[in-house]
Amino acid sequence: MRRAAAWLAMGMAGLALAACSGAQDSLNPAGDQAAHTQDVWRLMLIVCGAMYVLVMAFLGWALWRARRALDGPPLEDAVKSSADAPMRNALVGWTALIILGLGVLAVGSFLVDRSLARADTKDALHIKITGNQWWWQVEYQDPDPSRQFTTANELHLPANRPAILELAAQDVIHSFWIPNLAGKEDLIPGRTNWLTLNPRRIGVYRGQCAEFCGLQHAQMALDATVEDPQAFEAWRQAQLKPAPPPSNDAQVRGQGVFINGACGSCHEIAGSDAHGRTGPDLTHLASRRKLAAGALPVGRDGLIAWLHDPQAIKPGNHMPLVHMSDQDLNDLVAYLQSLS
Amino acid sequence: MSAAYPREVGAKEAEALHAQLDATWRTGTGFWDRLATVDHKIVGRRYIVTGFVFFVLAGILAVLMRLQLATPQSGLISADRYNQIFSMHGTTMMFLFAVPIMEAMGVYLVPLMCGTRNIAYPRLNAYSYWVYLFGGVMIWVAFLLNVGPETGWFSYVPLAGPEFSPGKRTDFWAQMITFTEVSALAVAAELIATILKQRAPGMTLARMPLFLWSILVTSVMILFAMPAVMLASSFLISDRLIGTHFYNPAEGGDPLLWQHLFWFFGHPEVYIIFVPALGMVSSIVATFAQRTIFAYPAMVMALIGNGLLAFGLWVHHMFATGLPRLGNSFYTSASMTIALPAGVQIFCWIATLWDGKPRFKAPLLFVLGFVVIFVLGGLTGVMLASVPLDLQLHDTYFVVAHFHYVLIGGAVFPLFGGFYYWFPKITGRMLSEKAGAWNFWLFFVGFNVAFFPMHILGLIGMPRRVYTYPAGLGWELWNRISTLGGLVIVVSVLIFIGNVTVSLRRGALAGDNPWDAATLEWATTSPPPSYNFAHIPVVTTREALWSEDRPVMEGLKSESREVLCTSVLDAEPDMRHASPKPSLWPLFTALATSAMFIGSIFHEWALVWGSLPIVVGLIGWLWPTTPPKRQLEAAT
Repeated sequence: MRRAAAWLAMGMAGLALAACSGAQDSLNPAGDQAAHTQDVWRLMLIVCGAMYVLVMAFLGWALWRARRALDGPPLEDAVKSSADAPMRNALVGWTALIILGLGVLAVGSFLVDRSLARADTKDALHIKITGNQWWWQVEYQDPDPSRQFTTANELHLPANRPAILELAAQDVIHSFWIPNLAGKEDLIPGRTNWLTLNPRRIGVYRGQCAEFCGLQHAQMALDATVEDPQAFEAWRQAQLKPAPPPSNDAQVRGQGVFINGACGSCHEIAGSDAHGRTGPDLTHLASRRKLAAGALPVGRDGLIAWLHDPQAIKPGNHMPLVHMSDQDLNDLVAYLQSLS
Repeated sequence: MSAAYPREVGAKEAEALHAQLDATWRTGTGFWDRLATVDHKIVGRRYIVTGFVFFVLAGILAVLMRLQLATPQSGLISADRYNQIFSMHGTTMMFLFAVPIMEAMGVYLVPLMCGTRNIAYPRLNAYSYWVYLFGGVMIWVAFLLNVGPETGWFSYVPLAGPEFSPGKRTDFWAQMITFTEVSALAVAAELIATILKQRAPGMTLARMPLFLWSILVTSVMILFAMPAVMLASSFLISDRLIGTHFYNPAEGGDPLLWQHLFWFFGHPEVYIIFVPALGMVSSIVATFAQRTIFAYPAMVMALIGNGLLAFGLWVHHMFATGLPRLGNSFYTSASMTIALPAGVQIFCWIATLWDGKPRFKAPLLFVLGFVVIFVLGGLTGVMLASVPLDLQLHDTYFVVAHFHYVLIGGAVFPLFGGFYYWFPKITGRMLSEKAGAWNFWLFFVGFNVAFFPMHILGLIGMPRRVYTYPAGLGWELWNRISTLGGLVIVVSVLIFIGNVTVSLRRGALAGDNPWDAATLEWATTSPPPSYNFAHIPVVTTREALWSEDRPVMEGLKSESREVLCTSVLDAEPDMRHASPKPSLWPLFTALATSAMFIGSIFHEWALVWGSLPIVVGLIGWLWPTTPPKRQLEAAT
């Protein structure tokens, strides 16, 4: 009994502690959806916590009373009891209390769900997200084709502007989840799902696939950067441009390795002759924070480690091990690092 | 208010009757005799032991997962191995441990509690055990040969489909489902028939012990739930083996079809595991409080309510799939409603203890642990019923915490309580109380240390089914604590195994009714004789053995196998029914069935050629050896 109460207290303390930390944390909301959901969580915690305390108190009382009864005279009749009538009333009261509690929770949950369905979508940004084993393709859409661009494993969102995400899947079911912004929504082959985000607080948040999608489900993350509208616009302008041309010998050689080697058959670099479509678009790779859906930081060390043996970093992923000389590897990394 | 039914008038006459009945019902000691047995107690014992072995195996997998997750980016287990391990853990726990062991307890206890001499369809019972055993062995051998399932116990398509899970791994998984379906459906039919038609005279529905009610509700649920997964897994097998497109969106199939069918089975499945445990709790509470369960009609209604509502909740596993919002809200309400019957039952047990004189023995300790843990799991279930909250918590460690609170708290704790409670009946010896207390407290503490932190992990963003996670997200500490708790559970289970091993040889002799319980299984010796009851008890009150008035019924033959059939509602004697003799045909048929199932993983024509030996087996099995002896006569 006391142990259970202690656990509950410790759990609460843990929750309070956890509430102010993470970049992938449903209790640290940075958008309307996550904030409303946190309201439901608080309501649940209060109502369910109270019910739990009630049941434990009743159990504790029953055991305390029963322990005393052990010293008393033996029961006269196991079948009939003088306590039946008051207990029956208590059962009716308890049933009513459960119904009331559930009613409060159901209505609260329903109201929040409705407010989520009516989220503000005025002047919304349209972004199509396609799940692949094991990375995210992100396409910023616009009625004007020249203002469309594609990136991977990252999302930039202007604060205080709604974003409508169109969710699709290329192979198996994935689930899009950035807990600081909103609850998850599945990406299902053959279907299109929608998710609205209303990001409010500036920061970098982490999301990750939440539906088991095979071997590397654990390493299918993405970053969402919520930034002020000017910063977002600057980022967007940069993304709209093709990749900068190589500017020194190493980069030129690196581009050659990329296009003439295996890389270009799967990856696109806009502005170059690499137009592969099966892997992530790498046009502005160096402007991203992470490589291979969150597996490594973008940077010289990360790129070398990844290109040296992608199968060691993320076993089973679809990027093959390509053997190349140290010289080629260094040139290739120099080129990739120039893709800002 | 104890003492069993009188077993015979004079010692000599009793001896003679015993010898005669034993000669009729005994299972021989030869190798083939043992394989041919149709005694529900022997089959039930095998079922329980096999189920427990699978519990231990799946538990070892759980420990491996906890060791891997104790540190971020651990290199202990590879991604491929880890995915197989969590798939096998879930598959084994759900399909090879939880459901079969609950049915096993039913197979052993129901005929005794009904006061009859054997289960209905005893050969089917033997067959179901063999099929279950072979299916379980098949999937474990496949796993050890690195062809174990890799797509989770839920095997969502298209991931589990032919394109994304090539090879035989998922085929073994899908066929394992077929094995368990066959055996579970068979047992459900036997238990329903036994409970409805073989209850002791006078045991009307209104006098049925709550354990029998819970097994009846469970078995009916199995009849309705299992066909859904049978359909789902058959579609999957045919998509994989013969190129149909039930789940292929490119050809007009639908991946969500799998989810609907699977969860239409999968949600009731949870209650199929949990409802028998409720029956065990009722048995233990009544016995240890020495008091009839408070508000019996409400308890029965709650059990039936559980069973019905369980079929209306499946969509709460699918809130994130983009189904219409209004529909989702319906499932929110339905999912929350199930808290009502559960809440009523919790109240009634506590009220029974409140008004009784509880003896704090190991079975009752486990029941108290059940209340403390299960109520918390139920409440997190209410939380998960909310669509917005579920969208955050779905597929996170919060859900892992929730269902372990519900399944370990709600089913495994009562089951261990049941082990301590019925061990004396099954073996004739008591388990050690002292070891039992250690077993309980370590399990209780270890469980909470292992699983409570998972609530927090889920809230702070840790998804399920990940073989690794990065450092720096605040997950390290909770994961380490959780692993420590898991190791404490290991110690607790080892103590239990030690307790059983020692007590089997050296435990105190139990006697017929060591706990002074009220139900009929305690009205015979411990362990019960091969024929269960020399005379069929007649029941006059709900608490049969607490009554002064304990008549028996005579008239069943002792020189051939006969059971008494009674009417469904009032348990009035209806007819004497011949009960089948031991036979090797169920084993042969089970072997043939297994050969067909396993063969069809490799070639579709195995379904055709493999069915021929099954036909031979069934002909041998059902070959009429004696003229049917059905006589309509009131036998009292």
